[in-house]
Amino acid sequence: MPDRRITKSKYTADRGIPGAFEGETVTRRRFMTGTAHTAGAIAASAFLLPTLGFALGPIFEKREESWQDVGPVADFPDDTYVPKTISIASGIGEVGKSTVYMRKHNTDIDGPQKDEYDGFIALSTRCMHLGCPVSFKSAAQRFICPCHGGVYDFVGRVDGGPPVRPLDRFYTRVRNGQVQVGPRFSVNQELHRFSPRDPGEPLDGVGQYLYPSRPSIRKIPNT
Amino acid sequence: MPKLKLPAPPLPPGFPKPAPKRPGTPKQKPLEVAAEAGISVVDWVDERTSLSGGARWMMFRKVPKGTNWFYTLGSATMFAFLSQAVTGVFLAIYYRPDASGGAYESMRHVNDDVFLGEFVHGMHKWGSSVMVILIFLHMARTFFFGAYKYPRELNWIIGVVLLILTMAMAFTGYLLPFDQRSYWATIVGVNINGTGPLVGPYLSDFLRAGPEFGATTLSRFYAIHMMLIPGIIGALIGAHLYLVAKLGTTAPPWQKLPASAIDAEERA
Repeated sequence: MPDRRITKSKYTADRGIPGAFEGETVTRRRFMTGTAHTAGAIAASAFLLPTLGFALGPIFEKREESWQDVGPVADFPDDTYVPKTISIASGIGEVGKSTVYMRKHNTDIDGPQKDEYDGFIALSTRCMHLGCPVSFKSAAQRFICPCHGGVYDFVGRVDGGPPVRPLDRFYTRVRNGQVQVGPRFSVNQELHRFSPRDPGEPLDGVGQYLYPSRPSIRKIPNT
Repeated sequence: MPKLKLPAPPLPPGFPKPAPKRPGTPKQKPLEVAAEAGISVVDWVDERTSLSGGARWMMFRKVPKGTNWFYTLGSATMFAFLSQAVTGVFLAIYYRPDASGGAYESMRHVNDDVFLGEFVHGMHKWGSSVMVILIFLHMARTFFFGAYKYPRELNWIIGVVLLILTMAMAFTGYLLPFDQRSYWATIVGVNINGTGPLVGPYLSDFLRAGPEFGATTLSRFYAIHMMLIPGIIGALIGAHLYLVAKLGTTAPPWQKLPASAIDAEERA
């Protein structure tokens, strides 16, 4: 290829442009073109950036930690689950409600109680394959998902089918004799707590790094 | 006196040519007067816009020998899109994107009470499947006829983007009736998006407008479904058609070259 670079001087005065100043390198035509483009870009970003932020804002919104009463301590056995309804999104009525399966902590099944949030076990009904609702089948002592056949054992660990991690859990605590359900957290196959993830995102191995948690919603510190 | 002259259509052999009117023919019939009025309106617009040149460039193209019914699949897809656009606009007259029951109730109203409501809703619902099927047939035609090759690669790429946008339309539209099937299918679909490594969680948060399916998820899907994507699809269909008109269509692969063309190729 022939060298097609322009070997003209960078000074407008040397190129004989009429009205050139001493030491001037930007021609007026280039300056005007650049000014018009910059003005256009500023005008466009004046409506593009706010609308983009407007659409993306909810991703980074911090959510308040909320605790909901689900019933007195005596409601919960330690050898089977009772379904309770909690609200996970406000302002949309029935659609914002979800079922949690709850029981009392059982040292024989769950080992020693970890902390004050571990007194009651609250399992989310969201299947960890793609988010369908699982239900507890007491005859099988298992959680079954109707969509793609995910099966979880009594403590929510994956027993079969496509789910990638055990059922999510909720923090629980007791206040004034009432059991309260708090924020959701995710667990890996060893039932270690992680910041909440979405279904379909494994937490074993490199999973926790491939699927980062939201910067705005974390598990309760030191739990 | 109209100045606009459209090119005479090619007539099959043996077909009598319409005889031009002899000068001094007396008295026009009312039909002719009406036609004349129409032509002079078109003429007025054309004199100020020169649109007839563009229309002639777009419509009166040479097509290769062997062009057959398979070449209509693209137009069929476009008509499916137009049907979706029109029925969609009219469904929007009745639809309310309200997650706390209003959306379902408004679609129940359309289906049960509104005159022809179930029909228009059905056209939109089944038409979406028709459009997806037609796209794949059109794509298969392009692939098997080798019509994606130079210089038409860019048109193939635009077509793939249109396919993806149509899929996004099908996905966002599925939620809008807001019944149990819509709701759970969208939960599953958003979570499939979330399984993409690194960006997946953010993508599903963007679709849901937050970590859970919430009050604004439905309106977000509605806005994407009826404003954002249709605009982009319309613009890209324009580009797609422009390239078709500019580059022309290909002959089917079984079409033999005429002997003279083969000779010229061998000499070259």
